[in-house]
Amino acid sequence: MKEQLEKIRSDAAAALAAAADAEAVEAARVAFLGKKGQLTAVLRGMGALSPEQRPVVGQLANEIRAFVEGEIEKKKAELAEKARAKKLASGVIDVTMPGRRNKAGRLHPLNKVLEEVTSIFTGMGFTVAEGPEVELDYYNFEALNTPADHPARDSQDTFYITDKILLRTQTSSVQIRAMEKSKPPIRMIAPGRVFRSDTADATHSPVFHQIEGLVVDKGITMANLKGTLETFVKALYGPDARIRLRPHHFPFTEPSAEVDASCFVCGGKGCGVCKGEGWIEILGAGMVHPNVLRAGGIDPEEYSGFAFGLGLERLVMIKYGVDDLRLFYENDLRFLKQF
Amino acid sequence: MKLPLSWLNDYLTLENTGVKEYCDAMTLSGSKVEGWSVEGSEVENVVFGKILTKVRHTNSDHMWITTVDVGGEVVQIVTGAQNIEVGQTVPVALPGAKLPGGITIKPGKLRGEPSNGMLCSHQELGFEDGVIPGSDPNGILIFQKEYPLGADVMEALGEKETVVEFEITPNRPDCLSVVGLARETAATFGVPFSIPPVEVKEQAGGDINDIAKVTVEAPDLCPRYSCRLVKNIRMAPSPEWMQKRLRAAGVRPISNIVDITNYVMLEYGQPMHAFDLDFLEGREIVVRRAKNGEEIVTLDGQPHTLDDSMLMICDGKKPVCVAGVMGGANSEIKDTTKAVLFECANFLRGSVRRTARKLGLRTESSSRYEKGLDPNMVITALNRACQLVEELGAGEVVHGIIDVDNSDHTPTVIPFRPERIRAFIGADIDDGFMVSALRSLEIGVDVDKMQVLPPSFRMDIECEADVAEEVARLYGYDRIPSAPLGGAGAMGGLNREQRLTAKIKSSLVGQGYYEIQTYSFTSPKTLDMINAGEELRKTVNILNPLGEDASIMRTTAVTGMLEVLARNYNHKNKNARLFETATVYIPKSLPVTELPEEKKVLTLGAYGAADFFDLKGAAEELMDSLGVEGVTFSAAAPNPIYHPGKSAEIYINKKKVGIIGEVHPDVAENYGLDEAYLGELDMAALLSNAGGDVRYKPLSRFPAVSRDIAMLVDDAVTVADIEAVIRRAGGSLLEELELFDVYKGSQIPEGKKSVAMSAVYRGEKTLTDDEINKIMNKTVRSLEHVLGATLR
Repeated sequence: MKEQLEKIRSDAAAALAAAADAEAVEAARVAFLGKKGQLTAVLRGMGALSPEQRPVVGQLANEIRAFVEGEIEKKKAELAEKARAKKLASGVIDVTMPGRRNKAGRLHPLNKVLEEVTSIFTGMGFTVAEGPEVELDYYNFEALNTPADHPARDSQDTFYITDKILLRTQTSSVQIRAMEKSKPPIRMIAPGRVFRSDTADATHSPVFHQIEGLVVDKGITMANLKGTLETFVKALYGPDARIRLRPHHFPFTEPSAEVDASCFVCGGKGCGVCKGEGWIEILGAGMVHPNVLRAGGIDPEEYSGFAFGLGLERLVMIKYGVDDLRLFYENDLRFLKQF
Repeated sequence: MKLPLSWLNDYLTLENTGVKEYCDAMTLSGSKVEGWSVEGSEVENVVFGKILTKVRHTNSDHMWITTVDVGGEVVQIVTGAQNIEVGQTVPVALPGAKLPGGITIKPGKLRGEPSNGMLCSHQELGFEDGVIPGSDPNGILIFQKEYPLGADVMEALGEKETVVEFEITPNRPDCLSVVGLARETAATFGVPFSIPPVEVKEQAGGDINDIAKVTVEAPDLCPRYSCRLVKNIRMAPSPEWMQKRLRAAGVRPISNIVDITNYVMLEYGQPMHAFDLDFLEGREIVVRRAKNGEEIVTLDGQPHTLDDSMLMICDGKKPVCVAGVMGGANSEIKDTTKAVLFECANFLRGSVRRTARKLGLRTESSSRYEKGLDPNMVITALNRACQLVEELGAGEVVHGIIDVDNSDHTPTVIPFRPERIRAFIGADIDDGFMVSALRSLEIGVDVDKMQVLPPSFRMDIECEADVAEEVARLYGYDRIPSAPLGGAGAMGGLNREQRLTAKIKSSLVGQGYYEIQTYSFTSPKTLDMINAGEELRKTVNILNPLGEDASIMRTTAVTGMLEVLARNYNHKNKNARLFETATVYIPKSLPVTELPEEKKVLTLGAYGAADFFDLKGAAEELMDSLGVEGVTFSAAAPNPIYHPGKSAEIYINKKKVGIIGEVHPDVAENYGLDEAYLGELDMAALLSNAGGDVRYKPLSRFPAVSRDIAMLVDDAVTVADIEAVIRRAGGSLLEELELFDVYKGSQIPEGKKSVAMSAVYRGEKTLTDDEINKIMNKTVRSLEHVLGATLR
């Protein structure tokens, strides 16, 4: 019997080694361990053995059952492993094929940058004001210390609707409206469209955008103006950005300044973008002229303020390297998709 | 304003300052430099050299080998010149030097001997014979005095001029002058400044008051009018030094008398005019308003018709000069002029500005008057002109000045409050600095009365803020510290409308739409292109448009959208989905007497892979994202812009808020478009109907039951009709209802369509089959009864 059992061991090992799939494994299990299997048959014949042999043979039979069962599990695992490997191998895709996208559109580049600028200022506690684009001469010039025949009107060729109504040439027109509406402290920006009678070319447009800023409170100083603009420039161009104020003249601010930012491309060393200057002019600013405060119903002895105005197109052109202003209003999708 | 730098030397001494350094310092103290250039001779790199040795060339019987000290370096130069001796100072063209006629000097060998440069004659440097004293027409130029070796010859001879161009802001007409810029230069660099005395000898005898007469009939437009008379005029070109300065400053030299007036204008910023006395009828000047229709031919040969708003300088009979703008041809200075009346006047700036604009004449003179000039300057300028006449020998000055002065001489007095200036600027600037800075600009400070007394030429200084600016710019804006805004916790941010507008844009961008920006004005023709009705043609018009095609403020933004669609289509961009939040301008009355209503509209536009339902879906998703409720669509009333069968009006709670649809084929054709889609939505309606805060609904624990309902209906029956019936029958149990198929074609009878809807029901408990069947039966009966549907 011992020989029979040993044969079962070797037969079963051979059968399982040869088994190619789950069915063959099951067939081997039935053939060797099943109710009518070979091992069962051997065990049935145990009765014929002597009492001394019985435990010996029984132990051997159990050993062989365990061996066959172990071999079956091993084979099953081996087959499963193979099957998974096969499945994985067949599931390889070309990952370089294009992704399937829900393509979003884009904000217009002017508004994309405007949103950025707006969020910098709202973060500093500014509100956002608006004013009419078709405006009274009074708000656009007169109340801004620029009476009729003031030479500063020459540099802003104005579209007129009537002799008292015009297309605003500057968002500064919102200053007086803001002061009329709310008393200090005032801390606002006013982005919007402005108009000047310039024929469109690479650097001129009869329609463009400005962002006006106005702060009025007790004890506002020129140092506050510098601090605010410095914070803005650092938020826009990075912590290393610096500003430079040059004295200038605007009728509605005194003192006035033109403000340069250190070139964000070369950091101030001089390059093509800043034309070797290291600085790029980005805005005009100054302390609100006492006549303007008075026109807004605010006592300049008690309050002071600063204002600034920044050209959005220019900012966007510098930021993205756009070299022709007309592209913003042509709206060619090949352009719009780049932002 | 172009400033030849050497001109500054008349008033101050500035040493060891490079051009770049000068320009930067001036810009930072408030006189903005546009740029600078070196003008004059084309000769470069020719320096002074001293001949150290001279020996005969071994291979030549006429050439000399010299060694020349060119300032710290000794070079060997071979020359054929015979007039040179050791110890002489000569012009040396070093290797790389440029000479007239495009000649560049290179190092070389002459008969085997190295020669590193060239000794030059005056002709080789471009001078005419006799210009440089003592120069030999047949040899090398030998200088008669010592010059620093190595220095640039042409610069030292005044042939080269560094010209700095300033951008002068309109508040500083005093800086449209050499004297003004010299004053700024002196204050910027802290050096002394003085104007040489102006003295007139009056050699002619006689008295101007006996010869000429001036009447000012319009003192309101002419605060001051002054004249001096010059007799025995000797017309000639002005001297070379004067011509050089004029040319460098951008003024063409004409003759000694005319050049003097221009020279004084550049020097003092005060325009002048010279009349030929013999052509002034009655030898008199009348300053008056023109008569309507009166005529004058100006110096440039152009005839002008005048009106009574214009100030004229007239003689006894006729206008001879447009005051402050341009002289008349009739009294022009000629080669034959014998006596000259110099005018130096102050005119009202607004008057000059209006007249210059009306006549289309902008001159150096008018652009100065327009900014406002100092009436006190006229006498100095007048005398300076006469001084130059005497210096140039151009004539003899008659005794006396005619001075009709109606100008206001009240000085400006501003309280001097250093503490406030410090507080305003936010920098710790001491009183002493303030006083000396102001005084360096010739702004008086009375420290006893604590008063600032601006000089009459600084009409821009009117209040304390102006004084603060003078102090701040000389202190240096860069030295002012940066201070953050105080008052922490100020509430900033966007308001509700601004937040919702951002949400609208981000919804559309998320749906694949690109934002565009179009002009606010347009051509009236665009209204024809969209076959616009009466309402859209009530426009706000621009009085002075750039052209017809930009002459009306838009009343609709679809024209801009259509133009952009067409442009992209022409550029072969396959698909387009665009939006714009645009402002349209609706007049409140015509003609316009008050500000128009500025309405914000949202326009949508698409072509290519897009149809009506893409656009409708975008509008629905947009309104859904805003939380707008009560949105319905219905077939649009006839509208010339839209396809009559493929357009819908949009309603929120039964109020019309917009329209979407296919572009009417006629309009599409006008724009060269094929099939395109447009939408217009009223932004104010979207914003006001946007939902407030979202309230959560508990999730039902009971299962949903879904049922498909397929039916045949007449073509005329709309999906909205079917939905309404199903909703009514389903009541509160109907949770979702969706269209999943509409079909027409084979197996469907003519005039009918097959519509299939999917409905989901859910109750407050698990719905039984009985309950579902009851709802379905009710639904089917209603569909049959109300809509004549046949269930399939």
